[in-house]
Amino acid sequence: MSRLSFKQITKRFGSLIANDSISLSLGEGEIMALLGENGAGKTTLMNILFGHYEADEGSIEVEDKVLTPGSTEAAIQAGIGMVHQHFTLADNLTVIENIILGTESLWSWRHDLTAARRKLMEMAESYSLAINPDALVGSLSVGERQRVEILKALYRGARTLILDEPTAVLTPQETENLFITLRSLTAKGLSVIFISHKLHEILAISDRISVLRRGKIVDTIKTSEASRSELAEKMVGEVVTRPQLEAMQPGAPVLTLAGLSAFGDDKLPMLNNVDLTIHAHEIIGIAGVAGNGQAALADVLSGLNRDYSGTLELHDKTLTDAGPSDFVARGIGRIPEDRHVRGMIGEMEIWENLISEDLRSAEISKWKIIINRDAAIKRAEKLIERFDVRCEGPQAQTKLLSGGNIQKLILARALSPEPDFILANQPVRGLDEGAIAYVQEQLFDARKRGAAILLISEDLDELLSLCDRIAVMYQGNLSEAVPTATRTVTELGLMMAGQAIHAN
Amino acid sequence: MSDLLDILLTAGFWAATVRIVSPLIFGTLGELICERAGVLNLGIEGIMTVGAMSGWMWVYQGGDLWGGVIFAASVGALFGMLHASFTVYLGLSQHVTGIGITLFASSLSYFVYRMLLPSATTPPKIVPFQNFEIPILSDIPLFGEALFNQSPLTYLALICVPVVWYVLQKTPIGLAVRMAGENPVAVEAQGIDVLAVRTGAVMVGSALMAVGGAFITMSWFDAFYFGMVNGRGWICVALVIFASWKPGKALMGAFLFAGLEAMQVRAQQSAGAFIPYQFFLMLPYVMSILAMIVMARRAQYPQALLVPFRRGERV
Amino acid sequence: MQIELRQHTSLLRIGMAPISAIFAALILCSALIIWAGVPVLEAYALLFKGAFGSAFALKETFTRSIPLIFTGLAVAVAFRSKFYNIGAEGQLYAGALASVYFGTGLVSLPGYLMVPFLLLVGALAGGLLLLVPVLLKTRLKVDEVVTTLLLNFVVLLMVSYLIEGPLRDPMAMGWPQTASIVDEGVLPTLMSKGRLHAGLIVAILASVLIWAVMRFTVLGYEIKAVGFNAKGAEFSGVKINRTVILTALISGGLAGLAGVSEVAGLKGYLTLDLSPGFGYTGVAVAMLAQLHPLAVIPAALFLSAVYVGADSMSRAVNIPTYIADVLVGVSVLAILVSVMLTRYRIKWRK
Repeated sequence: MSRLSFKQITKRFGSLIANDSISLSLGEGEIMALLGENGAGKTTLMNILFGHYEADEGSIEVEDKVLTPGSTEAAIQAGIGMVHQHFTLADNLTVIENIILGTESLWSWRHDLTAARRKLMEMAESYSLAINPDALVGSLSVGERQRVEILKALYRGARTLILDEPTAVLTPQETENLFITLRSLTAKGLSVIFISHKLHEILAISDRISVLRRGKIVDTIKTSEASRSELAEKMVGEVVTRPQLEAMQPGAPVLTLAGLSAFGDDKLPMLNNVDLTIHAHEIIGIAGVAGNGQAALADVLSGLNRDYSGTLELHDKTLTDAGPSDFVARGIGRIPEDRHVRGMIGEMEIWENLISEDLRSAEISKWKIIINRDAAIKRAEKLIERFDVRCEGPQAQTKLLSGGNIQKLILARALSPEPDFILANQPVRGLDEGAIAYVQEQLFDARKRGAAILLISEDLDELLSLCDRIAVMYQGNLSEAVPTATRTVTELGLMMAGQAIHAN
Repeated sequence: MSDLLDILLTAGFWAATVRIVSPLIFGTLGELICERAGVLNLGIEGIMTVGAMSGWMWVYQGGDLWGGVIFAASVGALFGMLHASFTVYLGLSQHVTGIGITLFASSLSYFVYRMLLPSATTPPKIVPFQNFEIPILSDIPLFGEALFNQSPLTYLALICVPVVWYVLQKTPIGLAVRMAGENPVAVEAQGIDVLAVRTGAVMVGSALMAVGGAFITMSWFDAFYFGMVNGRGWICVALVIFASWKPGKALMGAFLFAGLEAMQVRAQQSAGAFIPYQFFLMLPYVMSILAMIVMARRAQYPQALLVPFRRGERV
Repeated sequence: MQIELRQHTSLLRIGMAPISAIFAALILCSALIIWAGVPVLEAYALLFKGAFGSAFALKETFTRSIPLIFTGLAVAVAFRSKFYNIGAEGQLYAGALASVYFGTGLVSLPGYLMVPFLLLVGALAGGLLLLVPVLLKTRLKVDEVVTTLLLNFVVLLMVSYLIEGPLRDPMAMGWPQTASIVDEGVLPTLMSKGRLHAGLIVAILASVLIWAVMRFTVLGYEIKAVGFNAKGAEFSGVKINRTVILTALISGGLAGLAGVSEVAGLKGYLTLDLSPGFGYTGVAVAMLAQLHPLAVIPAALFLSAVYVGADSMSRAVNIPTYIADVLVGVSVLAILVSVMLTRYRIKWRK
């Protein structure tokens, strides 16, 4: 029996067709995976189902009734629950407050918290999703927040659960637990739509797979009949081969951290006595669940945070009291985590963004005062060509570019001065397969030339295929960086959850 | 020092404090509601002015006092709606919109006043709210007079504090307002219209501000003067920060300021000979800045304050 | 209702934004004129004539635009870096105070030095006043909107004290006003008749200078970068606090110049009614100019014309002069919408 069906859904954003006449159906108790690259239109389709967006054409039927388009309320009424990739929770409110919002009549004169708490605890028990209803959401771990999101949907009586890239933020063991929860949910008759671009997860959890590419359904197959390579090709459309890591002898030490500690606004340690040496011709990966100090480490290594103890040396020279400009001038290239917030200034033109790191250099400004516009535009033209940035030219507004092209601009700015050390923080997140391969190639080229690279990522597969050595961050502590081949995924997962595992 | 003590021991000082505190309470609560929903309302100065003018004008034109309060509140809510349609629906700069509303609302008040009273040289007067004495309680020495022999609007202001607290903390609508100021997407994801919640909050908040303005012309004084709000709106914005967006603390802060102002008036009389009166008049403004400095490091801003929410926009 | 980002914004549309906003404001305010019982077109014709109808009117309009150019520039520069300086009124008075403090005999210099000297101390005074809010913002994260607004009141009370006390002109028959600045410090008039003075030239030079700084220099780049995206600018190595403080000094300085030019060009001495809200109107000027330093000049001229024209209109027909302030307020709101429409399009759905 069909729980819900999409009928010829089309959605456009300006000239971009995000969903192109998509028809799909979901059975009762079924886990359907929606597989596709970043930007294929998976999230858009789900946002239409959940009423965040309104489709331009087509309709959705839930249990044989047409769903009112563009209304989250109607979607919830129809038994649809969504766990967004970016959690929709308020940090400063408690778990129970986050959950009961919208469940009571807005004009009621009080909350019935006792009943709500009882109902929540019963549900938590029956699905084994333990939670403290009175904890502030801001104090919860990522895994716990996801649990709150799932409970929130179940609390509203969801019979269909949408999970948008739910494993991106979890450790392998947490992912396993999530899968157990999902199976127990479907055993009780719930249907699940599972969005991901990770093939092995989809093959492990789903009953059926729909592959989405550039807004269109390419194919829908039973999981039991699917193969990994076939799915990969359908998802990407062409065979994109990611570059392979060549064995290479590490060179001299380039960047050395010794006893590095940094503290947050609340005086709690964000980095705790971190030691690390990165050599030339070497890529070191930092694994870990988001929020375990990676951002603090990246801030120190980008020159943004000077308020740390311990030493930071580049080629035996300390970097004390140096800011971002000094870092760049001394040969550090930085690829920031959030390319739209920190990476580029969207309202500025491309050529302006490409000079932002060396405004006061002799090439770019006269007497460090007047910008040499011609030189800047010439540089932009060269870099656009060399890094194959698709744009209308140096004077195009940066924010109109696609994510992949913006990342290419960031690479152009960070890598073209041939830095000795490169900090790459989540360099491929959210990119499509072609762009991912491009970024990885650039990093490999830099490694070959002799750069030392620190790669921070939440994606273990990425780290395992890219890094010479790997270390795990947990609550501000960094484990020893050991050769990647000596660690299994299970071991890394346990370390990400805080268990100490010693190198063999 | 003993002068100060003398002042603190007079019933008149406390009565004046409680009188002066009323517009500050209305204004601060109003701003607090807007900001808890994620909208900074810098229209407050103008909305208080328009409230002062319209409430007074209602009565001057023959309406009754409570009718005037309701009229002022409605006009305030209308300006709140204007603010919300700019900042909430169109997502425009809350700073500039607020300043624009203040310029528009105050100038419109003056224009309307001049249109209706073209030739008035000395401002005409109305019969304002009379003090309502609560028997027995008002006989308590020192504070009895201050707390229990006041204008009905003052009682209303004092009642508003627990009411606003209760609604924000204990009711579904209050939860929706707080959530809209913390994470609007979460509100949307629970099937509630964020834009409606924010608009409602701004309208209610603006209505309260306008009543604060009306208090000045309908209870404290009995006439409308140009520039009579005189920065009180801005002080309320500072008070909200000082109060960490909490109604109870807002009441405390408002009392602190009102006490200061009441004392300032009395100190002027005794110390006016050595210290020029302008320095006394500066006190509330300087204190507001100091209050913000003191609280700045501890301020827990609503996470989504100043962040517009656009439905269905691709992020 | 759906709001969509436009892929391209044509220059024409950007240019049309303030013009359509002005028209919208005029149309909206005609409701008030109708209420006053005056035919709308006749009223606006009177307003236009009052502002541009004679050589005298034109000179008045230009004279009155001088402080508005300065305060408009002050706001435009500050808003560019998202530093919301609403304290131009106070900074204007600070500049005026400095000019009367140094200009009434304390310092004597030849004319060609005295005028620049007074402009300099006025700008410094305005900038220093804004240093308080900007340091509070950069050091303690205290919101600058409220502090700059509150400081306006403090400065005005300070001026009130000074002109009633230490700086009162003993020759002014008890009026609260300062002595007049020395002849060497007076900004010369530009034409034989009327009050139009050399402040206009200073104001235009300031606009061009600020435009050049914003367009061609590293500092201008940094101001814009901080305003667009402070986190991105910081990551690239722009020193945020330094940039915001410099912006504030420039902004406060420009507002201070408005005070100097009013004292040295027009009044000669300082009273409490030196500025009828030029600082606040500066916000409207800057918004109409879409924060562009050169566009500040026509925007200031327009709003000045509104004030001058409304004065003469209200003398001729029975409309309160406050109509000018209403027009200014409505223009600020209207320009917000029209600028938005240049960048977004609104799609209505059934």
